[in-house]
Amino acid sequence: MYDIKALYEATSVQDAVKLRLEHPDAQILAGGSDVLVQIREGKRAGKELISIYMLDEIRGVSMCDNGDIRIGSLTSFSHITKNEIVKKYINVLGEAVDMVGSPQIRNIGTIGGNTCNGVTSADSASTLFALDALIELTGSNSVRVIPISDFYIKAGVVDIKPDEIQTAIIIKKESYENYFGHYIKYAMRNALDITTTGCSVNVKLSYDKKTFEDVRIAYGVAGPVPMRAKSAEEFIKGKAVNEQNIKEFSKMVLDDVNPRDSWRASKALRLHLCSELAYRALSKCVELAGGEM
Amino acid sequence: MVVGKSIPRLDAYDKVTGRTKYTDDLCDKSAYVAKILHSTIAHGKVLSVDVSEAEKIDGVVKIVTCFDVPKNYFPTAGHPWSTDKSHQDVADRLLLTDHVRFYGDDVAAVVAENEVAAARALKAIKVEYEEYPVVLDVQKAMEKGAPLLHERFPDNILGHSSQSVGNFEEAIKEEGLIKFDNWYDTPTVQHCHIENFICYASAENGRITVVSSTQIPHIVRRVVGQALGCDWGKIRVIKPYIGGGFGNKQDVLYEPLCAYLSTVVGGRLVKLDVSREETFVSNRVRHAVRSHIITYARPDGTFVARKLELFSNQGAYASHGHSIAAKGMGCFKQLYPCPNVEATCYTVFTNRPVAGAMRGYGIPQAMFAVESQIDDIAKGLGISPLEIRKKNLMPVGYKDDFSKNVNYYDTFNQCIEKGKAYIDYDRKLEEYKNDTGDVRRGVGMAVFWYNTGVWPISLESSSSRMVLNQDGSISLQLGETEIGQGADTAFAQMAADAIGLTIDKINVVSNQDTDITPFGTGAYASRQTYVGGLSIAQTGKLLKDRILNYAQKLTKVPENNLDIVDNNIINIATGETLLDVATLATTALYSMTDSEHITAESTYQIKSNAYSFGCCFADVQVDIRACKVKINDIINVHDCGTLINPALATAQVHGGMSMGIGYALSEQEIFDESTGRTLNNNLLDYKLSTFMDHPHLEAQFVENPEPTSAYGTKALGEPPACPVAPAIRNAVLNATGVAINKIPLTPHVLFEEFSKAGLI
Amino acid sequence: MAQYKLVKCTINGKAVEQMVDVRASLTDMLRNDYRMTSVKKGCEVGECGACNVLIDGECFNSCIYLAVWAEGKHIRTLEGLLKENGELSDIQQAFIDETAVQCGFCTPGVIMSAVEILESGKDYTDDELRKLLSGHLCRCTGYENILRAVRKTLDKRLGKENAE
Repeated sequence: MYDIKALYEATSVQDAVKLRLEHPDAQILAGGSDVLVQIREGKRAGKELISIYMLDEIRGVSMCDNGDIRIGSLTSFSHITKNEIVKKYINVLGEAVDMVGSPQIRNIGTIGGNTCNGVTSADSASTLFALDALIELTGSNSVRVIPISDFYIKAGVVDIKPDEIQTAIIIKKESYENYFGHYIKYAMRNALDITTTGCSVNVKLSYDKKTFEDVRIAYGVAGPVPMRAKSAEEFIKGKAVNEQNIKEFSKMVLDDVNPRDSWRASKALRLHLCSELAYRALSKCVELAGGEM
Repeated sequence: MVVGKSIPRLDAYDKVTGRTKYTDDLCDKSAYVAKILHSTIAHGKVLSVDVSEAEKIDGVVKIVTCFDVPKNYFPTAGHPWSTDKSHQDVADRLLLTDHVRFYGDDVAAVVAENEVAAARALKAIKVEYEEYPVVLDVQKAMEKGAPLLHERFPDNILGHSSQSVGNFEEAIKEEGLIKFDNWYDTPTVQHCHIENFICYASAENGRITVVSSTQIPHIVRRVVGQALGCDWGKIRVIKPYIGGGFGNKQDVLYEPLCAYLSTVVGGRLVKLDVSREETFVSNRVRHAVRSHIITYARPDGTFVARKLELFSNQGAYASHGHSIAAKGMGCFKQLYPCPNVEATCYTVFTNRPVAGAMRGYGIPQAMFAVESQIDDIAKGLGISPLEIRKKNLMPVGYKDDFSKNVNYYDTFNQCIEKGKAYIDYDRKLEEYKNDTGDVRRGVGMAVFWYNTGVWPISLESSSSRMVLNQDGSISLQLGETEIGQGADTAFAQMAADAIGLTIDKINVVSNQDTDITPFGTGAYASRQTYVGGLSIAQTGKLLKDRILNYAQKLTKVPENNLDIVDNNIINIATGETLLDVATLATTALYSMTDSEHITAESTYQIKSNAYSFGCCFADVQVDIRACKVKINDIINVHDCGTLINPALATAQVHGGMSMGIGYALSEQEIFDESTGRTLNNNLLDYKLSTFMDHPHLEAQFVENPEPTSAYGTKALGEPPACPVAPAIRNAVLNATGVAINKIPLTPHVLFEEFSKAGLI
Repeated sequence: MAQYKLVKCTINGKAVEQMVDVRASLTDMLRNDYRMTSVKKGCEVGECGACNVLIDGECFNSCIYLAVWAEGKHIRTLEGLLKENGELSDIQQAFIDETAVQCGFCTPGVIMSAVEILESGKDYTDDELRKLLSGHLCRCTGYENILRAVRKTLDKRLGKENAE
């Protein structure tokens, strides 16, 4: 039995927005795999909750007319992985969220909940950063669409206004077309684990596959929120596809990342991993893109 | 004969249908909920506990604090009681304490109508402490001026013992000896049975009944009596099916507190359901052990003199105490007998969670140190790890002075040969030598020493009762407990053979009830099949004699000429079937002229012990830059004598290997250095191996029948966990050339070690 | 003060309704209101899998699933596998035959994950099976015999020749 002060079940997105305004202290509950655990720990015990879990209108993946991919915020990880659009166009996201916890957690966990938590270790977040994803927030009068990098403000804090609900995550066509992505979750065991360091890379090679046309690399747990390694990205754009450049790139990421010491892992280990995973993920992307080193 | 056959577990059907009743399934839903307020400092004095706000919370029934409880100090170890005061376990626990000694100690308890009210009350209780300095490290705790945990144990030393053979100091004067001087560390780990500890208590006719998820119901009865200061017979303990124990439930945990809480609410039903977080911190853990081994060897690999210093981190209370370190030390001079040995061990209090019994009882720790050093020596001398072991291992015919255990067979070599063949050791050793890149493979192995039961240190006895039912079936009761390992099934198999019945005629009364069940000390020390077997053989013979005595009256054939085979009374001389046991049983109970309830009950006192040996071989792949070890293949080979049920034995080995893999690679409790708080008190942060972290686990056996055993059997429950960590560690050494002297071999450790070695 | 809600759902094929405390987890509801003892509590935070049940054909840890969310759902627990006459399903029998049961506490949850796997009608490699079963922690078996029980049942259902 959870220590919940009151539970409000939203019947629609607009109802959820209304409930938020009526109960400003209430916590939004999506799949609950984080919030319910925190209630049990006592952290959020005795609070009001607004459950949006039953809102099927923000579940599912669809392709917009312009080719953008729209993922409803309540879509579970397992449904993202199994989705044909995801498999065909942004398989890296399906693979990334397939590394969350366990099959059970992937059935209850939602991509909206994963990002709204604002935690750096979220397995979906680094890949969404590497995909230049957009976040759709629905309020009482308007819909806002902002880049994911603006959505994250600081650890545990994201840009949701008091009357808003996150309703979708959008991947623009130009962000995925001709890109090949790979995600590496580094954790202490192979299932049921939290990410020690996660690295997601998206690569677009030139037509002849000899040159890096674009590289986007993002990390989880390399800083307080998920982040891109921009200077490394800048460095490698336009460079020839070869071992030496990838090596150099994997060193350059250290200028961007800023992991900290914690009992879960030392800063030194995380820095080593940031570099090593950059090397491995980028190499894998080149392979996926049909490039040769 | 059913011994030796892989019959299905007796409880399997109920367990695969979900109808098996564990403690929580039996507790009436009307029960009050009890929750414990744990200390938020690791060491200090409770100055005051303010319950005024908590008492106002709706649904709170009663709050008791450390200032309210009776001051009956009690021991908790699941050891047989000793009538000799000097051998009794240290009684250092109170139901709740005002001198807290670890972060998570028990300060107050709430009884409430429901769990939400209880949880809210815990949050509302205000405790004022006077804080004392904290010591977590075992050797620092022994230093002068270290914070003292228990007044009567100076320097925090709970126990200290030594052993000596020959003359170490003289022996090392020999010229040309090579010295190996190494330190090894093992971590604090937890049992992680999937059913957390749970119990409930209520009064019944002036007595208290406690239903508990325990391995040791009769011991719990005694300790609850000691804690409450009442006659032990006033306590009744019932043990239902339990969801694993592994030694944690070989300790009296919160049964005394729960019984007490029932008494303060008028004997009403009170349930104390411990959370996973509490299980990690406020139950028991495995002792972290630091070992220092010095070996002087000749260049040919012969050991000349060896020295062991072992420091066992007891945590805050005595629990099983020094027994664990003493067992670890005890095997040192036996496993590799050497003419000159000095061994000494200390068990030391620190402000960490309480260490108690855990599968292997000091031997996984000892084997990590001993077997790691064997490979370090082998490497240093340029001798193969197998050769150096064969040269120095306990020979056939070796007899231990103290236990009188004899190494009757060439078990070590037989096990090593099997393991070596399975893993393809020689070929891989050659092939893996060529690995020089970022990913390197290696093979490693370790042997282990174990024994069976606790004789001659403590009492070993087992009592059993057999009742012939109206239909010729038998009800069998033992004090020895089913905790998931399959004991009931093995007992039934042995009983069937002892009497001459088929297995379907044996009804094992699985659940112990101290009011009904014959006395027995329970599941620990890998003893039950061995000691229970002796008791079952004896009681079975008694029952059989009584059946045959009655058969003689019915058949007029002399008893000496009668036997029971497959549920029938037969004439041995003619082979003729005279009548079946069912007919005899019905006749005996309902005879108008000679009615008899045929039963037998006896105690067998065991004054022997038995070695149980084996080995593990591991084939690993080390991704150096990823700082990760992957096990490609692994095998344990055991000689636990004759297998009573090969399928169950194999399954038990798998579980032990799994625990060993976790010990080697991922499991450890992590403590905040300054506060002593356990940082990873949950199954997310404590890295128990998952389905995806294991390779295929191979279990094989060598079956040399144990001469001192009724059925040729000996220890198997704990041994599988003992050799795995050093085998994996030695395989990593073989792969990378890096000798790592602490487990688990997590990426953190590998990163440090590989960096130091220049591999990263 | 307590807030209740009527929850209608099906449990093992049977339509049921129950007033539940909105604070209750699905584990609470199944254990307390429906006496489903196969649903076990091992961690209550979704890490061990002992409380696993099928909801609309997918596995969920019922401990971190609010009971009110069961509204309109089809819930299946281990109790639902046993046939009327007490005959076991193939996967239950395989757990017995392969000695995949020890203390039995994780068993119901794992079997329900196996049900989802088997009912998918797909074939999987051993590594894939390990991943699909990875939401369950077991301390007794090292997962070895559990994997084999699932493997053998899957092979049989798929009519593989070498299946025993």
